[in-house]
Amino acid sequence: MRHRDEDSGVQTLMAARLKQPGFLRGGLGILIGIAFSALLTWVVRSSTGHSTFHHYLSSEAILTVSLIAAPLAFLVGLGGFDYWFYWAAGKKTRPEDHSSHGAYTWKDYFRINTDHKVIGIQYTVNSFFFLLVGGLIAMLMRAQLAQPGSHFVDANTFNGLFSVHASLLIFLFIIPVFAGLGNFVIPLMIGAPDMAFPRLNALSFWLLPIAGLMMLGSFFAPGGAFADGWTAYAPLSDTAPVGQTFFSMAVQFAGASSIMTALNFLVTIITMRAPGMSFFRMPLLVWANFATSLLVVIATPFIAASQFFILLDRGLHFNFFNAAKGGDVLMYQHVFWFYSHPAVYIMMLPGFGIISEVIAVKARKPIFGYRMMAFSLLAIVGLGFTVWAHHMFTSGMAAWIRIPMAITTAIIAVPTGIKIFSWLATLWRGVLHLDTPMLFALGFLTTFTLGGISGVMLAMIPFDIHVSATYFIVAHIHYVLFGGSLMTIFAGVYYWFPKMTGRMFDERLGKWHFWTTFVFFNLTFAPMHILGLEGMPRRVSTYASQFAGLNLFISLASFGLGISTLVFLYNMVTSWRGGPKSVSNPWRALTLEWQVSSPPPVFNFDRLPTVVGGPYEYGVPGAVHGIFAPTPAAAGSGVLREPSR
Amino acid sequence: MVAAACAAIAIAIGIVISYLIHWFPVQASTQAKNTDRLYHVLVIASIPIFVLVVSVILYSVWQFRMRPGEELKDGPPIHGNTRLEVFWTAIPTVLLLGLVGYSFVVLKENEQGRPAKEVQIQATGEQFAWSYTYPPSVTGGAPLKSDQLYVPLDQSVYFNIRAKDVIHAFWIPAFRLQEDAVPGITTHWRVTPTRLGTYPVVCNLLCGLGHSLMRSKVHVVTQQQFHSWVAGQMSASAGGAASSTGSSG
Ligand code: HEM
Ligand SMILES: [Cu+2]
Ligand SMILES: [Cu+2]
Repeated sequence: MRHRDEDSGVQTLMAARLKQPGFLRGGLGILIGIAFSALLTWVVRSSTGHSTFHHYLSSEAILTVSLIAAPLAFLVGLGGFDYWFYWAAGKKTRPEDHSSHGAYTWKDYFRINTDHKVIGIQYTVNSFFFLLVGGLIAMLMRAQLAQPGSHFVDANTFNGLFSVHASLLIFLFIIPVFAGLGNFVIPLMIGAPDMAFPRLNALSFWLLPIAGLMMLGSFFAPGGAFADGWTAYAPLSDTAPVGQTFFSMAVQFAGASSIMTALNFLVTIITMRAPGMSFFRMPLLVWANFATSLLVVIATPFIAASQFFILLDRGLHFNFFNAAKGGDVLMYQHVFWFYSHPAVYIMMLPGFGIISEVIAVKARKPIFGYRMMAFSLLAIVGLGFTVWAHHMFTSGMAAWIRIPMAITTAIIAVPTGIKIFSWLATLWRGVLHLDTPMLFALGFLTTFTLGGISGVMLAMIPFDIHVSATYFIVAHIHYVLFGGSLMTIFAGVYYWFPKMTGRMFDERLGKWHFWTTFVFFNLTFAPMHILGLEGMPRRVSTYASQFAGLNLFISLASFGLGISTLVFLYNMVTSWRGGPKSVSNPWRALTLEWQVSSPPPVFNFDRLPTVVGGPYEYGVPGAVHGIFAPTPAAAGSGVLREPSR
Repeated sequence: MVAAACAAIAIAIGIVISYLIHWFPVQASTQAKNTDRLYHVLVIASIPIFVLVVSVILYSVWQFRMRPGEELKDGPPIHGNTRLEVFWTAIPTVLLLGLVGYSFVVLKENEQGRPAKEVQIQATGEQFAWSYTYPPSVTGGAPLKSDQLYVPLDQSVYFNIRAKDVIHAFWIPAFRLQEDAVPGITTHWRVTPTRLGTYPVVCNLLCGLGHSLMRSKVHVVTQQQFHSWVAGQMSASAGGAASSTGSSG
């Protein structure tokens, strides 16, 4: 008797947990999604007179449909849509009692959570996980490339490695980690209790691990991982093994996540600023994310379209890019770059914002030319849509398109230059605190300048014709993405670490991390310029023996770069677990996020802020950015500092 | 003052080094000469900018870093300077437009219109090899198909570039020229080889598993050697031998 009781107890418990949102219900969702895909495939294929399951094509079809259906069903299971379903069905919605705000144990980070601070950390940690995976993949690539003709991995694996490496680092690291830092910081910076759409925010996070696992999962697909680069040019991608579909679908999920977050940022920034926070009193990080979000919502649908074209070509023979059937091969590249050029600014502008925060605070001076800093961001947004074909100077497109695109490409360097000069002028006569965030900011200024210079060179058509698609491009993109974006990310993570975790990082290890990164970065990527000029193509698993010396050097340096990341990892993990507790404002910054405790209270502001001045009034005697309404409890004594102006 | 002198010296050293570094493979065409000149102009224009940025950073670190006792000190509240901001908007704009204008001059030189006498060759990319067709205007008879590329010295050569399967890129680093071979369309480039020798032909666009090894050679020979090579190939193929396989240059 007792046994049966226990059994049914377990059963009802299981049944109850399957009804509850969570991973168990999510797993069930995946199974239902796959079953649905099999059923749909069977119905469509048999009703159109196609063979049944024995044919490998039909299992490929099931896989393709599953890649769409299973993740969506998983999200339903996880509870990502619960509120909206209840609402749509006319059922009683659970009133938002904010019970899902805050994280009290590490397990809370593995649930749907609507608190922007929790989501910000989920985003950031998830992104760094994929940075480590992507970095590990890079080490494998450099091992293969240490010598010409080596057989560390075969050609197919190698092509998969660089494709997954780039895709993970672009779509699962740089773009989302900025969204993560912004998620944590922006509501605090503008004096808001949360993002405008907390449930959308949660959903947009959970799309990311799906996209990342899908890209990694492609290694287990029949035929191997997708293997034609993060650019996935047709018609090669049309005819590649099924791993390609993993890329096409992963991009949809990552892209949807980007768009949702961008909308969230836009609405939050436009409608939820604290009283007195006019646009020209916003910190430049907020401006940067505003500009980035405009780019994201306008551009991202284009890459989604490009990948849907590929899916339709692959699955249903639409022949968009099949020249033999009247398809237009170059059209893929135009649509792809109409997203992917703006995307390089999506990967850079938030970093510009971080650098503005760090440099103003660490140089103890107002940002030089604040308004021009904001306007130059908007100029980049506008110009960013007029340069895409500079990626196609050698593509065989109509020759005349090159001319206007070369001019706009040269001109887009002007607003970028304005930003660099303004930062330099901000340093001038400041009181420079040369700690880890500042070192990364200064390192960024040097390496990014080099990346900008090689970018301007690439705008010069005859030169680009020689180096397009060579290691020179590899050097350029790593100078702007590693020397640029990643340096700003490190600066930002160190800068907001005390706010996010309530603890201080180890400064000595931080300096070690900076110097090893800076040195090994340059040793790894600077020689690549020469390789490209000398004639070494990118995306090759072996090369002519004349390039052997430099390649060995690069591989060795890259292992040093890999090790420097471990210093960072160690510092982050140990400091988060046991670092000294941080005060609320260790950097004596003026922006609002530093005026609340570290980590901030669950609802951000126990007392409502009012903004009374600019965000960077360092050196102005007695200046503050925001003041706080007195708490009901301690009425009268609550104002932190009196406004002086 | 000392700092400015250091910066000037750094610029000078940078420019000297930029001439000492061996950047490019051999120059084997007029286009290569023009492009290399453009590159040196770009490098010379870039060095002062980079040195300026780095000098300001190093000087600030040296002069303005926080000393003990300044923990609570702030810098002067300078918010901007309109004249300076206009200056560093206008000067780079002019510089960039000048450079891009110059690049158009070089582009025009490199892509000059069709000369009176020109050799046309069709290059076809397929996974994972290049093949070439020498048209009747070159062979004087039937078109000649070959997997070898011979071009005459000091004569304009016009390539019609095609692809059979996926995109490839037809790149000859010694000529500094490349263009994608795209299924469904014909693309082109024009070169005047100026140096005898054998140089790599490289596929420069990922085209699948064999992409890394899709390399071959171009032979720049005298005009006389070129014509006798073509004639030899013609008689070989007329004699029923498979076109050119096995023969080597
Ligand atoms: C001064 C600003 C810049 C200019 C003028 C510039 C110019 C260019 C040009 C002309 C190309 C195409 C080269 C070719 O494929 O032949 C290119 C490639 C690229 N750029 Fe930039 N760039 C600039 C800044 C940036 C920034 C800030 C980023 C990202 C943070 C970036 C990321 C990339 C990437 C990822 C590619 C290669 C894409 C690929 O083929 O995989 N660039 N750049
Ligand atoms: Cu671009
Ligand atoms: Cu190739």
